[in-house]
Amino acid sequence: MSNISSAQSAPGSSLFKVFRPWIFLAVLLIILPFIFSSGISVYTMNLMGIFIIFALSYNMLLGQGGMLSFGHAVYFGLGGFMSVHFMNYIEYEIFILPMFLVPIFGGIIGLIFAVIIGSFSTRRAGTVFAMISLGIGELVAASSLIFVAFFGGEEGVSGDRTMGPNVLGFDYATDVEVYYLIAIWAFITIALMYMFSRTPMGRMANAVRDNEERAEFIGYSQRKVRFISFCASGFFAGIAGGLFAINFEIVTEENLNALTSGVVLLMAYIGGVGFFIGPIIGAVVFTLLQTLLSNYTEIWQLYVGVLFVLTVMYAPQGLTGILAMHLPVIRMKRVGPLLMPYLRIGIPTIICLIGLVGLLETVHHVRSMPADQTMMSLAGLEFDTHSVLPWVIMVVFTVVGGFVAKSQAPQFREAWEEAHAPVSSDGGSAK
Amino acid sequence: MFELLFFSLLNGVVTGLLLFMLASGLTLIFSMMGVLNFAHASFYMLGAYFAYTISTYVGFWPGLILAPILVGLVGAVVERYGLRHVHRWGHVAELIFTFGLAFLIEEVVQFIWGKDTKAYQEPEVLQFALFNFFGQDFPAYKAFMLLISISIFVVLLLILTKSRIGLIIQAAITHPNMTAMLGHNVPLVFMGVFGVGAALAGVAGVIAGPALGTFPGMAVVLGPIVFVIVVVGGLGSLVGAFVASLLIGLLQTFAIALDYSVNDLLMLFNITTDADSALRDLWTLSLPQIAPLLPYLLLVLILIFRPTGLFGKRET
Repeated sequence: MSNISSAQSAPGSSLFKVFRPWIFLAVLLIILPFIFSSGISVYTMNLMGIFIIFALSYNMLLGQGGMLSFGHAVYFGLGGFMSVHFMNYIEYEIFILPMFLVPIFGGIIGLIFAVIIGSFSTRRAGTVFAMISLGIGELVAASSLIFVAFFGGEEGVSGDRTMGPNVLGFDYATDVEVYYLIAIWAFITIALMYMFSRTPMGRMANAVRDNEERAEFIGYSQRKVRFISFCASGFFAGIAGGLFAINFEIVTEENLNALTSGVVLLMAYIGGVGFFIGPIIGAVVFTLLQTLLSNYTEIWQLYVGVLFVLTVMYAPQGLTGILAMHLPVIRMKRVGPLLMPYLRIGIPTIICLIGLVGLLETVHHVRSMPADQTMMSLAGLEFDTHSVLPWVIMVVFTVVGGFVAKSQAPQFREAWEEAHAPVSSDGGSAK
Repeated sequence: MFELLFFSLLNGVVTGLLLFMLASGLTLIFSMMGVLNFAHASFYMLGAYFAYTISTYVGFWPGLILAPILVGLVGAVVERYGLRHVHRWGHVAELIFTFGLAFLIEEVVQFIWGKDTKAYQEPEVLQFALFNFFGQDFPAYKAFMLLISISIFVVLLLILTKSRIGLIIQAAITHPNMTAMLGHNVPLVFMGVFGVGAALAGVAGVIAGPALGTFPGMAVVLGPIVFVIVVVGGLGSLVGAFVASLLIGLLQTFAIALDYSVNDLLMLFNITTDADSALRDLWTLSLPQIAPLLPYLLLVLILIFRPTGLFGKRET
């Protein structure tokens, strides 16, 4: 999928080349459930699809428009609530409507609220916008517990996705059918959001993000540009919410509160807000962490938190940024000389991480279990948390791994810079 | 009615001054670094947890001194090795960093102390009713909270306006480059202010822990409210933070104390409502119900109509 961003750099290429990443994406979406067919993986992929749309819509604000929002879950949640109500209308035959159109109504309610809220919040970017979004987020989350008729109070609103007229024999009784519904919506919305970022409007959003004053001088209203981005973003977040409603058949207050707003910021940022595909990667990674890691460990959120803070501190371009740093090396065919340094710094780092994770897990086990349960199993190994040996091994792993990795760092940096050095005129490498 | 108003007033002032302890540090940090510290309430939580652990060994009183110092050190480390590092990537990155830090601190607290509420209690010396008014007791611990917050406010004001350190801090806020030229270590001042701000939040945590409960969600409960105060009062304005803290404290306690609903209002005009309509929640809406909403409503209104806040001079 990383081809999507490279396609733009070749405007003169043939039609096939432009569409290649999209064909690739479509084929990938179609065959995925055949490769990963177990219940848990289909569940994970459904969640991924929803979060991809949600995170991309968030990046229309943060990455492309320069608006840091702490309340984006409002549009996701409201879209979800509206959709689940529509599902109930279909069930009681107030509307006759196929189920796959329901997310549109989620999108529309997201759009309506984005128009209302954006009309005053997009006047300024930066801290004012962030604070208004935080205030609105808390406001809506708190009112959702008060207005029980629409939000269903603590237990939320539930629906039934199997109702309504069957189109092409789909009744969404199985998760795989829902997967294809989400996949189609994801494909359409990803394409639409990508096209939006290529329009003059999308380009102006970037301009306003980079320098609002200059954008004003060439005759664009920064407020109007932000407002349009904001509305589009709310619309797509609402669609994601609608898909969430269909997938889980229940929407609760949790889907529009500050936690969900934080999660979407986390996904977009870990993935990399400077790239179109960044949030896609972020959503995939986060969902994997959430569904897989939580099977193995209770403290997975601690790891996610550490990952997030490390990303902000050392890789502000996110995971995609790290991947993109390797593009020039691959293009210059210099991957070979980098392999050895990578191994030499990578293996000790992994050993250090194994030691650290082991320590954290063991400490957590000792603290959370009753005192007589001293046996724990970690990655298939059974050991006694009250004996000394496992602790010694883990501390040795951490310290030695960390020390060796640190000692390799200068050499690695040297090799990295050599690989990135510009090609000299005689065609050979710089050194 | 009078006793209700009296006690609401007292409780409102106690809450307000507690909030001010958080808001004062936050607003100072903002005026120095231009960054709203999302993790500020997390320092408050750390204060409560540190004090709880210390109190299980040596009692409440040493915790009152030691815990804020520890929190201040944590804050200084965060500034020195975290925020200063992220600073080069701009304000948005700094904001996101403190946001991530808040998330991380909550996870770390859960990792170390567990998810349950800790039995952190006020010292026995203060477990009596200070006075009895219209048959209602006023606990001595609340008076103690009041005393601590007021003395901290006074000391802070004196340090900032009267002492040499206060002058350097004020100079570093408005003219950092000039202050550095005069031979003062401005980054050190920044680190110090951040540490002291965190320590103040820590003090608030130590004294609020027994009253409001010590649990991993305590930062999330209070954090957004402190933001509201800082923005409503005017970013960077200590007086504004003071007024806004009292305002929010009183607003919340009075809204909870006065049980009026929309129905009561409509009754005044002899309008009856249908109990089954889709808008039924709107008619039964009462003041205690919307109490948690009011600060955010105030925040949004202030940001729309007066972005500088009540006492602020510059726009956020």
